[in-house]
Amino acid sequence: MMREIDLTEGDIRQLNRILQRRDGNEDANFTVTNPMGRHALAAGLMHDIKVQIDGHVGYYCGGMNKHASITVDGNAGVGVAENMMSGLVRVKGDASQSAGATGHGGLLVVEGNASSRCGISMKGIDIVVQGSVGHNSAFMAQSGHLVICGDADDGLGDSIYEAVIYLRGEARGLGADCIEKEMTDDHRATLKGLLDRAGIVADAQDFRRYGSARQLYNFKIDNVGAY
Amino acid sequence: MCGIVGLYLKNPDLRSKLGHLFAPMLMEMTDRGPDSAGFAVYRDGAQNAKATVYDADEHFDWDAIASEMTNDLGFAVSVSRSSTHAILSAQSDADTMRRWLVTHHPEVRIMSTGSTLEIYKEIGLPVDVMDRFGVTQMSGSHMIGHTRMATESAVTTEGAHPFNTGADLCLVHNGSLSNHHGLKRWLSHDKGLVFQTENDSEVAAGYLSWRLSEGASLSEALEAALKDLDGFYTFTVGTKDGFAVLRDPVACKPAVMAETDDWVAMSSEFRALARLPGVEKAKVWEPKPATVYSWGHG
Repeated sequence: MMREIDLTEGDIRQLNRILQRRDGNEDANFTVTNPMGRHALAAGLMHDIKVQIDGHVGYYCGGMNKHASITVDGNAGVGVAENMMSGLVRVKGDASQSAGATGHGGLLVVEGNASSRCGISMKGIDIVVQGSVGHNSAFMAQSGHLVICGDADDGLGDSIYEAVIYLRGEARGLGADCIEKEMTDDHRATLKGLLDRAGIVADAQDFRRYGSARQLYNFKIDNVGAY
Repeated sequence: MCGIVGLYLKNPDLRSKLGHLFAPMLMEMTDRGPDSAGFAVYRDGAQNAKATVYDADEHFDWDAIASEMTNDLGFAVSVSRSSTHAILSAQSDADTMRRWLVTHHPEVRIMSTGSTLEIYKEIGLPVDVMDRFGVTQMSGSHMIGHTRMATESAVTTEGAHPFNTGADLCLVHNGSLSNHHGLKRWLSHDKGLVFQTENDSEVAAGYLSWRLSEGASLSEALEAALKDLDGFYTFTVGTKDGFAVLRDPVACKPAVMAETDDWVAMSSEFRALARLPGVEKAKVWEPKPATVYSWGHG
């Protein structure tokens, strides 16, 4: 059974309390209407439920998500799915900056474009963007995958650790310590799996792989004179 | 943090509803800036030049200033009061009025000068500021507003946005500039601009006004600003018949835009746009860094 919650006059804390099942409900399917760009919708969910949000959402939608599948039928503001642990967040429109920031796990799918700092400091989340991403995406990304079907703006993968970037289009510029790496069959298989999970049709053969040159990992003794 | 909003009407039939559409936008940005609020409205009046002036005393004798101006300059200056603000209008040009005020009454706070622009700003919650000046009743072609959480300078009426330094240009700013002292010195000493506050955003307004006075279009002035201004900014800028948005190349300060056949709107956050008529079918996007977006005679 699908339960509908209209946010026209609704309270966000009350909504999240219901979606977190802290009121004792056991519903598994929710539709949220009239989100009006409000912040922190469906944040902190902890159960394997489905949440459909009809319209544009504000900041931090689906933040800290565990287990739940959240679909935004619209655009998402800053920090969608930030610090996600598991589950799925799907944005049918565009995502603003810092999408999937610091995410530990789960899958974030952006069917439109994501703006700057997509996947900043990601720690294991997988992010698939059907369009392009803005500057400084995957900045200091530690683990997980960032798949970009379009182009990337300047500073892609700056100071990246062990996260893996798959890019189909062009990068306007790579950030410090980010380099192109060999694309093996194993990588293509991983990428195909990510695209399949995201439900996005693209040929893994068309992508290139980027990651860390690992030159920034350790202090260089040559620089000791600077101190 | 600050909140900024702008609404530019493409459909003239909506002009009588401008304030009614704009007020909920600014209200929604209260969380981002509860210190003070301000707004600019572009509307025609009976006269072709006007100066918005301010004094904290609601009973300030503006009629005395107007008659002195009338005697000195030789054209009739009328006064229309609105709380702490007054509009001095004349069949003249606004620059003449500004120069006269600066020379003869340097104590008078000039909020704006232009042919259609009026600026109102006050300390306090946006809802109270808007009530004070009857925003929902205002008609016109475009409005730009700001809710302020001060960082660079004091919480004063003068430090609130929007800023105008002449000729119908107004600017609201979310962010902070880092080279405004040098730029201000240069604009003051070399270009003769007069600044009234210590606020960094006033310098940006002055810079753009100077570029326009040199013959640049609004778009060209903003392109030049990308080179000459250093710092964090999302600007929304109005001119008599133009409207533009610019974000710095790092684009830390948020912005979202929406456009239909009837209007163009910008805000720090989408929620301020969520009640505009037809927004569900609008094109909604995040303006790219270091990219000028302009409408009208931009």
